[in-house]
Amino acid sequence: MIAFVLRRVLGLAATLAAASLVVFVVLEVLPGDPALVMLGTEAQPQTLALLRAEMGLDQPAPQRYLAWVAGLVRGDLGLSYTYRVPVGELVVQRLAVTLPLTVLAISLSTALAIPLGVFAAARHRRWGDSAIMAFAQMGMAIPNFWLALLLVLVFAVQLGWFSAGGFPGWSDSPGAAFKALVLPAIALALPQAAILARVTRSAVLDMMGEDFVRTARAKGLSRDAALWRHALRNALIPVLTIMGLQFSFLLAGAVIVENVFYLPGLGRLVFQAVSQRDLIVVKNVVLLLAATVVIVNFIVDLLYAAVDPRLRTGR
Amino acid sequence: MRKAFIAFASFAILALSTAAVEAQHDTLTLAMTLEPAPGLDPTVGPAAAIREITYGNLFEGLARIDRNAEVKPALAESWTVSADGLIYTFKLRQGVRFHDGTEFDSADVKFSLERAMAPDSRNAQKWIFAPIARIETPDRYAVVVTLKRPAGNFLYGLGWGDAVIVAPETAAHNSTNPIGTGPFKFDRWVKGDRVELSRFDGYWRKDAVALRKVTFRFIPDAQAQISALLARDVDAVPLFAAPEAVAQFKTDKRFSVTVGATEGETILALNNRKPPFNDVRVRQALAHAIDRKAIIEGAMSGYGTPIGSHFSPGHPAYVDLTGRYPYDPAKAKALLAEAGYPNGLKATLRLPPPPYARRGGEIVAAQLSKVGIQVSIEPVEWAQWLDNVFQNKQFDMTIISHVEPMDIDKYAVDDYYFGYRNPHFKEVMSAIDRATDPAAQNRLYKEAQTLLAEDSVNVFLFQLPRITVANADVIGLWQNVPLPANDVTEVSWRK
Repeated sequence: MIAFVLRRVLGLAATLAAASLVVFVVLEVLPGDPALVMLGTEAQPQTLALLRAEMGLDQPAPQRYLAWVAGLVRGDLGLSYTYRVPVGELVVQRLAVTLPLTVLAISLSTALAIPLGVFAAARHRRWGDSAIMAFAQMGMAIPNFWLALLLVLVFAVQLGWFSAGGFPGWSDSPGAAFKALVLPAIALALPQAAILARVTRSAVLDMMGEDFVRTARAKGLSRDAALWRHALRNALIPVLTIMGLQFSFLLAGAVIVENVFYLPGLGRLVFQAVSQRDLIVVKNVVLLLAATVVIVNFIVDLLYAAVDPRLRTGR
Repeated sequence: MRKAFIAFASFAILALSTAAVEAQHDTLTLAMTLEPAPGLDPTVGPAAAIREITYGNLFEGLARIDRNAEVKPALAESWTVSADGLIYTFKLRQGVRFHDGTEFDSADVKFSLERAMAPDSRNAQKWIFAPIARIETPDRYAVVVTLKRPAGNFLYGLGWGDAVIVAPETAAHNSTNPIGTGPFKFDRWVKGDRVELSRFDGYWRKDAVALRKVTFRFIPDAQAQISALLARDVDAVPLFAAPEAVAQFKTDKRFSVTVGATEGETILALNNRKPPFNDVRVRQALAHAIDRKAIIEGAMSGYGTPIGSHFSPGHPAYVDLTGRYPYDPAKAKALLAEAGYPNGLKATLRLPPPPYARRGGEIVAAQLSKVGIQVSIEPVEWAQWLDNVFQNKQFDMTIISHVEPMDIDKYAVDDYYFGYRNPHFKEVMSAIDRATDPAAQNRLYKEAQTLLAEDSVNVFLFQLPRITVANADVIGLWQNVPLPANDVTEVSWRK
């Protein structure tokens, strides 16, 4: 188990080093000068040069790359061009929205999807299965931003139960902050739940055809008991894979839903930073996301190993 | 039983909603499309969003521009100008305090002006300070500014956001913690979400201020702005981003809609330095080929004032030149043939993200194709537009709104992106700068507008409207914006 973890940690470090280089190079070739974006149509050559020097953009690229990596190692992410505050501070503020939102959305979608998926598998080819799968099909077809708009129209504009968007902050009133995340979490969770329910159903059905389930049935277990005790546990591997992907996706991929609810989340930070060429924010956040994806995959691998002992020895 | 329940429910809803309205009476929440960048200091960044929060609210200058575009005293109680137009003597207001409690005096004025005009200053409007020779402070409440040459726009410039007075102790931190003398002080900036201000009790005309708290929320998405208004999350959207949705709010009694003017001249800019647009006949042909009414209708749902030169229709010196090149495709074709393009020509049209450009561009392309100009549309991001079009001048045509006030002087800048060069025009502009008599200045402005129309430098389309959608009970918002601002000093709730 220790060798397994060590191998994975080394791979993780190498991936991050490669990612930092790719992120830097991509941003180098991206057209658009951060200083020019700040000054806009009022830019004059002299002020442009001053601003570039202040932002360190007059240095050669290899030097800037090394300075960035050195800063990362020290834990210093630099100062945002546009907000003039440390990038680390910005990221922490945004994570205070994005992480709870992601966790809420994933919990909701899991709580919905796994029971529904298993139920559908248990009722295979009966009307319960067809009904659930029809809903799942619909859930997958509905874009989350459209669902978000619909939720705003019904629950904020018509009924007035929720705000149409925004985020009051945890320190002022935790209750209001949680409430502000409810509609966005639903908008994110439903399409995810639809996918997860389908995956759960087909994974359980696959397992039901396996030899060990047949053996369990032969021992005299009922179909349902075999499903709950044997098939489900083994079906969790593909389900965990999808959940890992969904978690990583939600961290930055929630940007469209964040826009509809004007939530100050991580996705919108990156989106805005790209359009304003706040490159220092972009490169740090992108790298951070890459690191998160790698780490989430790592955790998923560990969970696999926990669920399936055969994977621990790498055989 | 059921009736009782309904009665109870409606009573509860009524009680809740009146409670909400009650609480709102001295707070105001405005929605803005863009978040300020970089920071909140108007003396180091030109972004309109910075001014839309700070101007008149957080910071003040010696003079201010009021909602009618007039120059009014602010931190200077009064001023006198010597007969030769070189010496400006300002009498400062006494008892004014900065938000940190320190007193405002002539040393702050000297510091602020010298900081803005310094060689390493990042102030975006250096022209305001360029004429200054020296600044003297004979006493705590008097400032004498001596100019190198007469400058007719000097006082007007001092009213801009770029010329606000800051304190030496706090100036360096104004980007993140702005300290000014305005009616509201900075509370906090929740990045990506909102900026909060609250009433400054030490303000010099405190009695004029009705609001206790002002919040600026950043809502980039037009649909989200609409929802926020309908859900009563925001009280007003001063620069409403969706003209197509205005009709919906006009018929709703809970809201008021005003359509005012901005300083944004929206133009089809042409690259004057390269063929075919270096030929005035081609540029005039384009002017004849464009139907402004159809563009305003299609791109702006009818909101926007047609313009025939680069000048704001609200200004006293405005000349209506929209009739100079009436919509006439046949004339356009004839001019193109005369210029050597009897079979038409091909050109690209680069479009930045704002809806006026993207939607307007489609209509422009359709209209130009009727006179034989094949347009290929290239949508670009804002950063790309600045890089390709503005900085490197790689473009044939583009659509853009020039939002700075009185920016007709840009046509005298050598190597500006559209590449206009006319020595006569430059003479007129420098004569305006020297003129101190407003009547003479206005005469020259009229001449300048006419020159631009004659040369058909760009195709002048329309003045960008300022559409404000607000709660019907909010009064005192600016209808027109003579410069980028959301000055809420005089805003209150109807009693």
